[in-house]
Amino acid sequence: MTRVQAHARSVERIVRAHGGGGELMNRFLVDHVLVRLGNAKLNELTDGAVLESPTARLVFTTDSYVVQPLEFPGGGIGRLAVCGTVNDLAVMGGRPLGLSLGLIVEEGFELDRLDRLLDSIAVAAGEAAVDVVTGDTKVVERQNGDGLYINTAGVAALDDSVQLGFAFVRPGDAVVINGTIGDHGLAVLSVREGLEFDTTLESDAAPLNGLIQRVLGAGVRVRFMRDATRGGLAAVLADVAERSGWSVEIEESEIPCRPATRAAAELLGLDLLHVANEGKVVMVIDGDDVERCLSVLREHSYGRRSAAIGRVTDSQPPLVELMTRVGGRRIVARPYGEDLPRIC
Amino acid sequence: MASDVSDLVSDVSESVERIGRRVQLMEVCGTHTVSIFRHGLRSLLPEGLRLVSGPGCPVCVTAQRHIDAAIELARRSGVVIATYGDMVRVPGRCGSLEEQRGAGADVRVVWSARSALELAVRHPQRPVVFLAVGFETTAPATAAVVLEAVRRSVENFFILAAHKLVVPAMLALLEGGSVPLDGFLCPGHVSVVTGSRAYAPVVERFSIPCVIAGFEPHDIVRAIAALVRQVEVGEARIENLYPVAVTASGNHVAQTFLDRVFRVCDAPWLALGVIRESGLELRPEFEWFDALPRFGIELGADVDSPACRCGEVIQGKVMPEECELFGAGCTPLRPVGPCMVSSEGTCSAWYKYRAAMPVHRRPVGTKQPMGPVGLKLLTEPGMCAQPARGSRS
Repeated sequence: MTRVQAHARSVERIVRAHGGGGELMNRFLVDHVLVRLGNAKLNELTDGAVLESPTARLVFTTDSYVVQPLEFPGGGIGRLAVCGTVNDLAVMGGRPLGLSLGLIVEEGFELDRLDRLLDSIAVAAGEAAVDVVTGDTKVVERQNGDGLYINTAGVAALDDSVQLGFAFVRPGDAVVINGTIGDHGLAVLSVREGLEFDTTLESDAAPLNGLIQRVLGAGVRVRFMRDATRGGLAAVLADVAERSGWSVEIEESEIPCRPATRAAAELLGLDLLHVANEGKVVMVIDGDDVERCLSVLREHSYGRRSAAIGRVTDSQPPLVELMTRVGGRRIVARPYGEDLPRIC
Repeated sequence: MASDVSDLVSDVSESVERIGRRVQLMEVCGTHTVSIFRHGLRSLLPEGLRLVSGPGCPVCVTAQRHIDAAIELARRSGVVIATYGDMVRVPGRCGSLEEQRGAGADVRVVWSARSALELAVRHPQRPVVFLAVGFETTAPATAAVVLEAVRRSVENFFILAAHKLVVPAMLALLEGGSVPLDGFLCPGHVSVVTGSRAYAPVVERFSIPCVIAGFEPHDIVRAIAALVRQVEVGEARIENLYPVAVTASGNHVAQTFLDRVFRVCDAPWLALGVIRESGLELRPEFEWFDALPRFGIELGADVDSPACRCGEVIQGKVMPEECELFGAGCTPLRPVGPCMVSSEGTCSAWYKYRAAMPVHRRPVGTKQPMGPVGLKLLTEPGMCAQPARGSRS
């Protein structure tokens, strides 16, 4: 048996053999992965999972997670890896059937820390009521990775009744969001850069499939949904305008936002509309369904601060316009990359 | 708050109408520039009032010679460059720091002068060079860490001293006389350090009103209203509308730090040339920290791209859209000039927020793309060698 520990008091770490396909890898899978994420399909440790499809149409998505730092207030790479992929399925209207989990671990990574991240994956998957049904582990040489990268893919069932897309968006529709913006991006940034604020900023990372299914189940006529991740609310709305051919008008005063998050963004010179979220869905819905939608959203723990923030108009050319708190108007553009913090 | 602002806007409109000609005001603070755009203030103000952005964005005024020196430093083996974020993409004659990083240079973004010093403490075997840019806002922090480096005997910490002073630049603009100006919206942060009295030469020598403003939209509109009122009645006074932070004589602690470490020198500004007594250089007793002699680098010439009009933009002579490159050869993704790089740069803010509504309602990409222009032409053969690969720690 390979002893990973050099001596009794040292930290147990990932070595190349953990990804080598041999006994050490097998023990890692059983003692660290299955013990946390195990289920009938995963426990088989076969080359793939067999899923029963309840619908003719399926949604299939994948995403890779390379966030630094790996852990931050309100989440970590494990929680993100579940929520991000579940949300991509959910905003397509899908009900997740299973996730894959690909771990790319850097040699020397502490096993305790990996356990903690696997725990967070288990918690998030539990919240989303979806199993990790297949997976893969690779170990890369020291210095060839930032500790841990994760890839998850997911498959979801899509009911025939669900018809979503830019093409369904029309003037008179309303734009709804399920809570405060900017929390995730600023939480990660504040930890990454060692910024200290009076209040701890927490990521909003959350699986939204339950919330979204309730809205669809309540008969709200949803035209289009997207989770406002990188690029923030601005990127989603810019896509809506560009791809639907209609303009979007939003009210700054209606956009939910925590004062601490706003203050942090102002301090760093960042535009909150551009900051990433990991638990926010932007919905374009029939203008007559706003009240019903908001009441369903607000009943859910991930939708307490839901708000109608704007509307689709027939103004041409198609642009996103923000009515500012002081009554001004400006255009909201898609950010070009990551906003750089300012100097003074 | 909206009603406050709309009342103030009505005052401004009525006042401008009574003045009977176009009133041109200049803000000299990047944070003001961005706030004006972000809150859509231009869309509220009357047509007869023109806001132009002066030399208030620290990145945008940094001379080519300093950018080139920073890039040269980044190419030296083992050197770690510590810089504020928006400096990394400014194009020099040999690419940007970001490009140097891609080629193996060790360029790290820091949020404060202090974190640059900490970087040096954590890596005692590597020389760490902090790019000391910015106005009176960031200069005291640089001075403080230089003193701290002395106290802690940190021997591998150096600075590229390129700090600038705002008021001399305002005076130089007025002396140039080519920009018609009716008033200055004075920077809140800089004034905290300098004090409101620093603007006395502007009002006394040139009879130009100066109003110091905070950063909330109503602060800015209130300051604009105050400026327009002064113009209307023919006054030129210093008004401090940010009294919660700004005093007449400024922050003495910060001034003491500055005075101990730096002395005032003539300094090169992007496109404005050398302005007398407008920069800060290390005092002889702190010359140890000066990265240029330490690494045997001499400042070169400032050769600005002929097509780029950043220089005229920061003097308020042209609006960003009057530059041929704007939105075509020069975008935030591929900036040609510094005004497009910094988040506080005039061109960047103009591009990002598409300026005043509804005048500039044109979709992105209506200009023909021109491809990269200008800078390559200025590169001499062999001057842009690859950086020496330093060992990353």
